[in-house]
Amino acid sequence: MSTPTTTPTTSAAPDPGTRSAHAAAPRAGGRRRWTGDVALVMTRELRPLAREPFTVVFGLVQPIVFLALFGPLLAGSVGAGLPGGDVWLWFVPSILVMTTLFGTSTTGSNLQFEMQTGAHERLLVTPLPRSAQLVGRSLKEMVPIVVQSLVVVAVMLPFGLRPDALGAVLGLVLLAVLGVGLGSLSYALAIAVRSHEWMFWVVQQTVLFPALILSGMLLPLEAGPRWMQVAAQVNPISWVVDAERALFAGDLGSTTVLWGAVAALATAALGLWVGVRTIVRSTD
Amino acid sequence: MIRTRGLTKDFPVSRTETVHAVRGIDLDVAPGELVAVLGPNGAGKTTTIRLLTTLIRPTAGTAEVAGHDVVAAPEKVRRSIGYVGQGNGAGHQQRVRDELTTQGAIYGLDRRSAARRADDLLDALDLTELARRKVADLSGGQRRRLDVALGLVHAPGLLFLDEPSTGLDPHNRANLWEHVARLRAEHAMTIVLTTHYLDEADQMAERVVVVDHGQVIADDTPAALKRDLAGDRVTVRVPDVRDAATVAALVERVPGAREVTVRGTEVAARVADGAAGVPGLVRAAVDAGVLLAAAESVTPTLDDVFLALTGRSLRESAAAAEPLTTDGTTSSDVRVAGKDAA
Repeated sequence: MSTPTTTPTTSAAPDPGTRSAHAAAPRAGGRRRWTGDVALVMTRELRPLAREPFTVVFGLVQPIVFLALFGPLLAGSVGAGLPGGDVWLWFVPSILVMTTLFGTSTTGSNLQFEMQTGAHERLLVTPLPRSAQLVGRSLKEMVPIVVQSLVVVAVMLPFGLRPDALGAVLGLVLLAVLGVGLGSLSYALAIAVRSHEWMFWVVQQTVLFPALILSGMLLPLEAGPRWMQVAAQVNPISWVVDAERALFAGDLGSTTVLWGAVAALATAALGLWVGVRTIVRSTD
Repeated sequence: MIRTRGLTKDFPVSRTETVHAVRGIDLDVAPGELVAVLGPNGAGKTTTIRLLTTLIRPTAGTAEVAGHDVVAAPEKVRRSIGYVGQGNGAGHQQRVRDELTTQGAIYGLDRRSAARRADDLLDALDLTELARRKVADLSGGQRRRLDVALGLVHAPGLLFLDEPSTGLDPHNRANLWEHVARLRAEHAMTIVLTTHYLDEADQMAERVVVVDHGQVIADDTPAALKRDLAGDRVTVRVPDVRDAATVAALVERVPGAREVTVRGTEVAARVADGAAGVPGLVRAAVDAGVLLAAAESVTPTLDDVFLALTGRSLRESAAAAEPLTTDGTTSSDVRVAGKDAA
């Protein structure tokens, strides 16, 4: 049945009712490319977002709260002491990374839901390669990240945020790359703990907040103890946060940006590798 | 279409305990067959289906599905089969028609064929008006029909249905089966389904494979299973107690007669074919000078078959294993089965 010359067994039924089945028979030998499969998964994942774009904005409630309540506090307490001096150029990049972190680390729960309902199982029985299923889901993460970031930046412009235009664009690319890696890790977690679903949130929360605080996102770590600074050094997110600030400030050629890009790419590569490995091995 | 030899699946549940879910199943399914796998919950029905659909790998034994080995060439198996699992295949956040066209694209249909196929199936399964509805907003019966539609998008030669009608009310069940039967006739599909509804297996399947404790304990047409393992129950009443012994002797001579009992004016027995046996019995009685007051033949249910095989009632096993199913549903289904069969 897999050879190009043989059509599925439907061709054995001669009655006129099979007309539609013939039309529906998979293209003879039509093996779509892997990239096409990834695009298919991505499209399927994006459809609910496109149908209900408001759900993307819901993800912005929490960063807006931070901007509105934590921002002024930050400006009042350490504002003048912030590197660069401009509180928004320091804090808005943080919020963008934070939004990325929250959005992508929880995305595995979407897969968990599809594992509970049966949709994931259905896809596992289709010819769609498992690697494409994971990569497609992870790449989709880029879209809400970019949309949410654009909204945050747009909201902050009237409040005096003046980012470097090219830097901001590159900053979004960097976030998207980071998000692919984090999203992939979140999916991998969902698959790995599939027989103990509650574990997903335990692990996600346990990792999320240390990763967030130890990236210098909310408060500069320069004032913190030495061990925190060391921890930040090995936290790829802190490198991305620094790079985002440099990009928003227009410091495009700095090594900070380079290292941020390396950290984001490394996270994406590691995340996808772990994710693909996990989904491929998920057959008991 | 399917050929398994010694198919086995163990699940380690802890370091010391292993569940032997499937224990050496040999199963052959020919193209075009409609096979129902019947058994109580926990018998290994679903595990067997999951092995055949490449969702899990066998611990031992082999399985060839649509000409491909499930371990060596799972991708080829997946291309050749349709699968409707116990859950909802359609993503709850997706829209009905979107899921169908995506499924078509997954199997290599171009955009136009996928759209046409989706519309055909929506029409065939009475879902056209729900095409733009979000899956989460559908009723259980509608969602189940959509699941079946998803399994049929690529017109598979072999379709697996894992408890397709569980949770549906009798009307929806009948409706679903009507659709499946028609689509099967149109597409010359081979269908393997699992169920614990006895009437369903009895009415729909041409062949019933009874599974218990991970093993096949019987495999035949529903009629043959009932004839060979349970037999029709024939009851006759004689006008006078003194004739009972005479008639009992005549009943003994009906082909396949066993368990002949006499109670007052009533003589009862299991026979191979009650409908065919009763007329002869009536005549033999007349010849012997006894005019029977009443004669009745009741066809056994598959539950009688299971009882004969295991000494347990399938109905009780199912109810015990699945406390979520309300007793009302299960017992009423079985009652319906008995009535229909009789």
